[in-house]
Amino acid sequence: MPTFVRTDKCDGCKGQDKTACMYICPHDLMKLDKDGSETGHAMRAFNQEPEQCWECYSCIKICPQQAIECRAYADIVPLGGSVQPLRGTDSIMWTIKFRNGNMKRFKFPIRTTPEGSADPQAGRPDANSGDLAAYDKLFDNDLHSCDMSQFN
Amino acid sequence: MSEYGFGNPEVVEEEVDILLIGGGMAACGAGVELMRYAEANDLNIKLVDKAAMDRSGAVAQGLSAINTYMGDNDPADYVRMVRTDLMGIIREDLVYDCGRHVDSSVHLFEEWGLPVWKQPGDEGKKLTEGGKPVRSGKWQIMINGESYKWIVAEAAKKSLGTDKIQERVFIVKLVNDKNDPSRVAGAVGFSVREDKVFVYKFKCCLLVCGGAVNVFRPRSVGEGQGRAWYPVWNAGSTYAMALEAGATGTMLENRFVPARFKDGYGPVGAWFLLFKAKAMNAAGEDYQVTNAHMLEEHNYGNHAHGHVMGTCLRNHLMMEDMRNGKGPIFMDTPSALAKLAETMTPKEIKHLEAEAWEDFLDMTIGQCGIWAGENIEPDKEMSELMPTEPYLLGSHAGCAGLWVSGPEDLPGVPEHWSWGSNGNKYRAMTTVNGLFTAGDGVGASGHKFSSGAFTEGRLAAKSMIRFAMDNKDYSPELEDSVEDLVEEIYKPVRNFLEHKDYTTAIDVNPHYITPKMLQFRLQKCMDEYVAGVSTYYQTNAAMMGVAERKLTMLKEDSEKMRAKDLHELLRAWENYHRIMAAEAHMKHIQFREETRYPGYYYRSDFLDLDDDNWRVFVNSTYDRKTKEWALVKEPYVELIKDLNK
Ligand SMILES: Cc1cc2nc3c(=O)[nH]c(=O)nc-3n(C[C@H](O)[C@H](O)[C@H](O)COP(=O)(O)OP(=O)(O)OC[C@H]3O[C@@H](n4cnc5c(N)ncnc54)[C@H](O)[C@@H]3O)c2cc1C
Ligand code: SF4
Ligand code: SF4
Repeated sequence: MPTFVRTDKCDGCKGQDKTACMYICPHDLMKLDKDGSETGHAMRAFNQEPEQCWECYSCIKICPQQAIECRAYADIVPLGGSVQPLRGTDSIMWTIKFRNGNMKRFKFPIRTTPEGSADPQAGRPDANSGDLAAYDKLFDNDLHSCDMSQFN
Repeated sequence: MSEYGFGNPEVVEEEVDILLIGGGMAACGAGVELMRYAEANDLNIKLVDKAAMDRSGAVAQGLSAINTYMGDNDPADYVRMVRTDLMGIIREDLVYDCGRHVDSSVHLFEEWGLPVWKQPGDEGKKLTEGGKPVRSGKWQIMINGESYKWIVAEAAKKSLGTDKIQERVFIVKLVNDKNDPSRVAGAVGFSVREDKVFVYKFKCCLLVCGGAVNVFRPRSVGEGQGRAWYPVWNAGSTYAMALEAGATGTMLENRFVPARFKDGYGPVGAWFLLFKAKAMNAAGEDYQVTNAHMLEEHNYGNHAHGHVMGTCLRNHLMMEDMRNGKGPIFMDTPSALAKLAETMTPKEIKHLEAEAWEDFLDMTIGQCGIWAGENIEPDKEMSELMPTEPYLLGSHAGCAGLWVSGPEDLPGVPEHWSWGSNGNKYRAMTTVNGLFTAGDGVGASGHKFSSGAFTEGRLAAKSMIRFAMDNKDYSPELEDSVEDLVEEIYKPVRNFLEHKDYTTAIDVNPHYITPKMLQFRLQKCMDEYVAGVSTYYQTNAAMMGVAERKLTMLKEDSEKMRAKDLHELLRAWENYHRIMAAEAHMKHIQFREETRYPGYYYRSDFLDLDDDNWRVFVNSTYDRKTKEWALVKEPYVELIKDLNK
């Protein structure tokens, strides 16, 4: 399901040096066509290698204009369906439209804490360098109990 | 020539104590753990990722389950499960070590904000507070995992600090130490955003670039080519760079061929385990029952215990029907949902339907696209299953990877399975001094999944801190000159600039080959001769002889790849890594004269599973100067009691 960018919605991330979709695509597919020389649409992004798209939706979820959508692989899937997310800070809404017009909507939580609030050490006690080589006492001593009689 | 431009990159040199190569689950684990000790010990750290950590690696879309969480289970049982699944050959020390530490990582994820499903009555109660998770199997727990990677990366990024992170740099190769070739001293790569080559020197590094995808011709060959099951952007960099630096590989003959929903590769685990759906052939027969007798042939059932058997064996039984023209194989989703609905209220049914969709929306959204386009609603219509093309990986249900140093404290482990340097031993180090790995990089220890990969990153972090401190006085010197390295990295650009005007068609030129065509050539070779889908996963010595010839020339031609821009330079080097990974895979299959993983691949000239001669690890080393491979057997050691003996 390669992504495509709607000419009527994309604003090239307002000419910032790094567009959101270029920033996020794990496969380096999204590209901003600054002068329109590649697509005929200046200051719009496009998917430069649609047949490499993993349909991971990372660009779709992050686009501030909701300008990116997916059209299922043309060599595999009949036309007419669509799957579109709207990702908020604590939940995501999915709208699924079938070829026959049926619709489904789902909403799922995505995190339980405010964005940006993760504390890497999660309140763990300070590390003790003396524990570095203690294989059985790693991390925060939060080691699983082990039945050592199971060894041969 | 002060102006930098395409073909004339700026060179950025940096020296750190510890370099993390990759930004996936394992790298994030290392990033979080390292910083607990780095400041106190005055160590300088850097992480480089080819993409953006928020969504890089295999967890970019999210996941719907954490597949490794012990909870009330004993790690020894976990070892038994992994041993059964991987047909009797795993490093039990590594698997056990992962098992006894992994829950701590899952607890961190929940603390950071990852929603973990709980049993009724325990909602809102954390795992650490005794909250009982919803399990979709003995080892898996269900999550609302759309933002899994986002959350984990947030913690890792905060831990490291943004100045210690370099995104959009693709690492091309490791560089050995000038005075000690058995040690790594640096790594080089290039930016895919600006004309810059990065040269890092370090005391030690963690190489965690995931598995290898698109080595084989994918089933989808048109616009859908990118729809591999494993992430299309992990190109075997871990294996290729480590092997070229001299690290010992292990079990690289192993591969993973998941049976998934056809074309979209949506997960089947929750359908089989949580919704209790059944798969059947065109005649409505359950191949797991009708073909069960096949486990008695060729010793394939040696490591199965009743209905508990390796994932490859379930493929084996399914493929038998496919080969015999009894397909399609359908997953009977309507009956499963109807059965569950018998005892449920309409509200509960609605909830169940949402769960079924979420399973896909969290990790293989494309499958929903196919269902939407084909008007398939799982409660009304069945869906086809299909085994995918092969992938090389070490953290999911496969065990290809590198031979690493294990924990020292477990009973019965051979002394030489943990090693180090200067009298110290370092868990997670490869056989190359200073080169560590985790996650998909670690061989002979599959079934770690996302939580285990993160955990291994943490384990490696602690060793790397020790390594860096034990080597305080070491000053890295690169074997190759920076000029030579830059030339090597930019070779595809030179090829292009030099020859581009020879023909009128930019892609057809006798002096260079586009990365795309080179990739097709590799995939065709692997598919047709090294047990890809077109031969139904079969190969033999003669076929691999042909492959060997073709791969040799392909490797020669890889020096003629062209890059017309930085994006294509990325594709060129990804392909170079793929070729190395492919060659290693083939060499291992050639060496192992038996069929250890029926359903993943068959040696048609050695169809038996032969425990007497081959219940051993196969270890390989590559000499990049002579381009020769050396393969050896390493005896198996069973650490955990076999309850079925
Ligand atoms: C479809 C799918 C379903 C899965 N289901 C589950 C599940 O339900 N539960 C579960 O627990 N696990 C699941 N997994 C497995 C899990 O995602 C992996 O086990 C885990 O991500 C492996 O971690 P890693 O760090 O080894 O690799 P990754 O997380 O893939 O990270 C690799 C990193 O290396 C970077 N990189 C690659 N090459 C280079 C280079 N040359 N230079 C610089 N950087 C590079 C990438 O950008 C990325 O950051 C699933 C995976 C997939 C794809
Ligand atoms: S993120 Fe959206 S608005 Fe910004 S450049 Fe990409 S498509 Fe356009
Ligand atoms: S869906 Fe994923 S792979 Fe495709 S362009 Fe968007 S971010 Fe890239």
